Amino acid sequence: MSELTPEQVKHHIKTYVLVFVSLAFLTIVTVGISYLEVSVGMGITLALIVASIKGSLVACYFMHLIDEKVTIYWTLIATVVAFLILIFVPLSAILDHTKI
Amino acid sequence: MSSEHHKQSFLTKYIWSTDHKVIGIQYGITSLLWLLFGFLLMMIMRYQLAYPESPIPFVGSLFGESGILPSEMYNSLGAMHGTIMIFLGVVPLAFGAFGNYFVPLQIGAIDMAFPKLNAASYWMYFVGSVIMAIGFFVPGGAANSGWTSYPPLSNIATTGQTVWLLGMVMLITSSLLGSVNILVTVIQLRAEGMTWMKLPIFVWTQFITAFLLLLAFPPLEAAGVLQLMDRLAGTSFFMPSGLVVSGEVLTNAGGGSPLLWQHLFWFLAHPEVYVLILPAFGIVTEIIANNTRKPIWGYNALVYAMVFLGFMSFIVWAHHMYITGMGTSIGAFFQTTTMIISIPSVVILTTLLLSLWGGSIRFNTPMLFALGFIPMFGIGGLTGLPLGLAAADIHLHDTYYVIGHFHYVVAPGTIFALFAGIYYWFPKMTGKRTNETLGKLHFFFSMIFMNGIFMPMFVQGLAGVSRRLWDGGETYAHAADVLYLNEVMSVSAWLLGLAQIFFIVNMIISLFGKKTGEKNPWNATTLEWTDTTSPPLGHGNFEVVPTVYRGPYEYNVPGDDQDFTPQSKKV
Amino acid sequence: MDIPYTVKNRPDTGLYNGKLGIWLFLASEVMLFGGLFSAYIFLRTGVESWPSGSEYLDIPLATLNTLFLITSSVTMVMSWASLKLNDFNKFKIYAGITLLLACAFLVIKYFEYSHKFHVGYFPSYNNFLGIYFTMTGLHVLHIIGGIIVIFYFWIPGAKMWESDPERFTNRIEIVGLYWHFVDLVWSFLFPTLYLL
Repeated sequence: MSELTPEQVKHHIKTYVLVFVSLAFLTIVTVGISYLEVSVGMGITLALIVASIKGSLVACYFMHLIDEKVTIYWTLIATVVAFLILIFVPLSAILDHTKI
Repeated sequence: MSSEHHKQSFLTKYIWSTDHKVIGIQYGITSLLWLLFGFLLMMIMRYQLAYPESPIPFVGSLFGESGILPSEMYNSLGAMHGTIMIFLGVVPLAFGAFGNYFVPLQIGAIDMAFPKLNAASYWMYFVGSVIMAIGFFVPGGAANSGWTSYPPLSNIATTGQTVWLLGMVMLITSSLLGSVNILVTVIQLRAEGMTWMKLPIFVWTQFITAFLLLLAFPPLEAAGVLQLMDRLAGTSFFMPSGLVVSGEVLTNAGGGSPLLWQHLFWFLAHPEVYVLILPAFGIVTEIIANNTRKPIWGYNALVYAMVFLGFMSFIVWAHHMYITGMGTSIGAFFQTTTMIISIPSVVILTTLLLSLWGGSIRFNTPMLFALGFIPMFGIGGLTGLPLGLAAADIHLHDTYYVIGHFHYVVAPGTIFALFAGIYYWFPKMTGKRTNETLGKLHFFFSMIFMNGIFMPMFVQGLAGVSRRLWDGGETYAHAADVLYLNEVMSVSAWLLGLAQIFFIVNMIISLFGKKTGEKNPWNATTLEWTDTTSPPLGHGNFEVVPTVYRGPYEYNVPGDDQDFTPQSKKV
Repeated sequence: MDIPYTVKNRPDTGLYNGKLGIWLFLASEVMLFGGLFSAYIFLRTGVESWPSGSEYLDIPLATLNTLFLITSSVTMVMSWASLKLNDFNKFKIYAGITLLLACAFLVIKYFEYSHKFHVGYFPSYNNFLGIYFTMTGLHVLHIIGGIIVIFYFWIPGAKMWESDPERFTNRIEIVGLYWHFVDLVWSFLFPTLYLL
C-alpha cells in the first residue's frame, strides 16, 4: 500500500467510517436475530451469514483485501480450503458414525 | 544488516547469530544429537524385546535394582522415541538445518527474509526440546501414551504428558515461524532470473513443506490446548461420560469425545509424514542430477506431482482411524483419497528412476545413499497400500506391519536422504572433504542392517503381533512362530548403531582435516556451488549477487566445453 | 548488504516482505481458531442437549464488548491512515484510543470470568463452559499480545518514525492487519458462543 496518494487515503477514510457504522449495525442485527423463535439450524445459518458479512467487511476494507495482490489471494484460497476441510470433514465423520 | 566489519563477540557470532548458515548448523547439530538419543532409546527397548525381563546392559541401573525395563518405562521410551525422532530429529534436520542453510543460497539471496525471526525459531526449538527432556525427570517419567497421545489414556496419564504438551506448543510455534520465513524468502528473495520453474527441486520441496507445516500444525496446537485444559482445568473435551478407571467412575463432567483428539491430531500428523519425505525427495533429486551428469527427467512432472501431493495430504488423514467405528461412506471417502495420493509418489519415484537412464553415474557416498533411498522408499510406499485399503487395514492396524511400513519410509528412506545431503554439502559448509572409504562403509552396513530391522516387522505384523507390546508378543499364541524374529531385529538394530560410528568418526576427522580450497568439488550447477566460496561469506553469502539465466540441472549441454553449465552463466 | 523488499515492494509480487509474512501468519491463525471451532462443532453434534449461550453468559455486556472491539479496529486503521497522511500526532491519538478500547475489552472479560468463577461456573463444569473459556481465553491471549505490540509502537518504538517513516508506517500496517484479524475472530466467536 505504499503507492497510495493522500487523496486516495482520504477517500479510504470515508469507506472506513461507513464500514464501522455497518459493523455496529450488523452487531445489533445479530443480537436481534437471536431473540427470534427459529429452529437451531436456521439460527446457525442466520448467525453465520451475518458473521460472514461482518468478517468480509473487516477483511475487504480494514485489511485492504479488496485491492490486495494475487499472491495474498492464493494464500487465502489455500487457507480457506484447508479451513473448510477442517470444519466439515470431522463433522461428516461424526454424522456418519456407526450407531451402536 | 549492514556490512560493517565490526568485531563480533563469540556470543553474537555463534550463539545469537541471525546468519541463516549459522542457524542452519545450530539446527543441524542439535537435531543430530537428538537423533542419536532417540536411537539409543530404541536400542534399550529392543533389548527388552529380544530378551524379555533381562537386565539391560550398561544402563540397567537407571531402571531400579533389577535393571529390568519396567513396562511403563517401555511405554515412555516408545512414546519419546517417536516424538524425538519426528519432532526433534528429522524435521529440524530436514527443514530447519538443510532448509535454512541452502534455500537462501540456492535462490541467490543474502539471507532469509526475517533473520531475527529465524534465530528466534531455532531457540524456541531448543527450549522446546529441553522441555521434552525434562519429561524424563518428572514423577512418573516422560509421556507414555504413544507419540499419538490418544485420550482417554493420555488425559489420565502421569505428569510427563503435560510436559509433552507444553513442549509441543513450543515446537509447533517454532515450526510456524520457520515456515513463514521460508515461504516469504522463496516468494520474495529469489535473485533476478530465478523464475519458479528454474528453482532447484530442493527449493520446491522446502516451499511445499513450509506450506504444509503452516496450515496443518495449528489444529494440533488447538488440540494440545484442549488436552492441557482437560488435564489441568478438569474439562472433558476428550473424556466420554461415565469413564471407569481402576474400578472407579470418574467424576468429571463427561460428554467429550476421544475421536475429536484423533481427528485434530491426524489432521496434522498426516501432512507431517509428507513433511518428513518431501525434503528427502529434494535432496535426492539434487544429488542424482549431479551424479548422473544429466538434467532430471520430468522436472515439470516432479513439480506438479509434489504440489498435488501437498494438496492431497490434507484430505487423507482418517486412514489412520479406519477401525474407530467410522461409517462406510466416510471410510470410502478416505480410502479413495488415500489411493489417489499414492499416484504422485509413484510419479516422483519414476522421474527419479528415469533420471538414471543414460547417465554417467558417479558412485560416490552421497549418490550411494540417494540410490539406496529409491528402493527403500519404494518398499515403504508399497507396503502402505494395504494399510490404505480399509478392509486390509482391519487386520493390519496397530500391528508391526505398520511399524515396518513407516520406518521404511523414514529410516532407510528420509534418513538415508539426509545422510546423502550431509555428505554432499559437507564440502560447501566446511571447505573440507569427507573420507570416501568411511562413507561407503557407513552406507553398506546401514543398508544391510536397516533391512535386518524392518523387513521382519512385516512378517510379525501379518501374523498379528500388535505394536507397543512390552513383551514383544510373548504372551500371545498367534505370535509364537514369529517371536524369534525379535532377537534378529534387535541384533540388527545394535549393529546399525555400531555402523553409525563410521559416520561419527568420519565427521570428526573430516572437520579436523585440511581445507581443500575447492568451491565446487562436485562440479554442480546450482548457485550454492557456483557462486559462493566454501564456506560461503559470513555476511551476505555472495561477493556478487548472481543473476540466473538457466535451469538448475544443465549438465552435458551440447556445445558446451564443460559437462556442467552453472545457472548463473550468461546464455 | 540489506535484505531487499523490507520496505519497497518487490515488482512481480507487489508486496513487501512483512506484509506477506503477516498474512501467512494469519493463515496459520485461521487454522488455529479453526481447530477450536471444529472442536466446538464436534462436541455439540456429539451430545443430545447443549445449553444456549444465554443460560450462562451476559449477552448485553458481550455486545458492548463487541462494539468496543469494532471501534478499536477502526481506530487502528485510522492510526495507519494518519501516518500515510504524515500526521504523527493523529497516529498517537488513534493508537492510544485503540489501546484504551482493547484494555476496556479485557476489563469486561475480567468481570465476566470472575463473576462465573464466583458462582462456581468453572471450565470443568460442563463442555459448554469448557469450550467457552478455552476459546475466549485464547482470544484474550491474542488481545494481550496485540496490546503489547501496539504499545511498543506507541511509545518505545515510535522513534522509528524519525529515522525511517516508510518502514514505520509499514509496521503499523502489519500490526493493524493482526488487530483486524483478532476482531474478525471475535465476530464469529460472539454469535457462536453467546447467541446460539
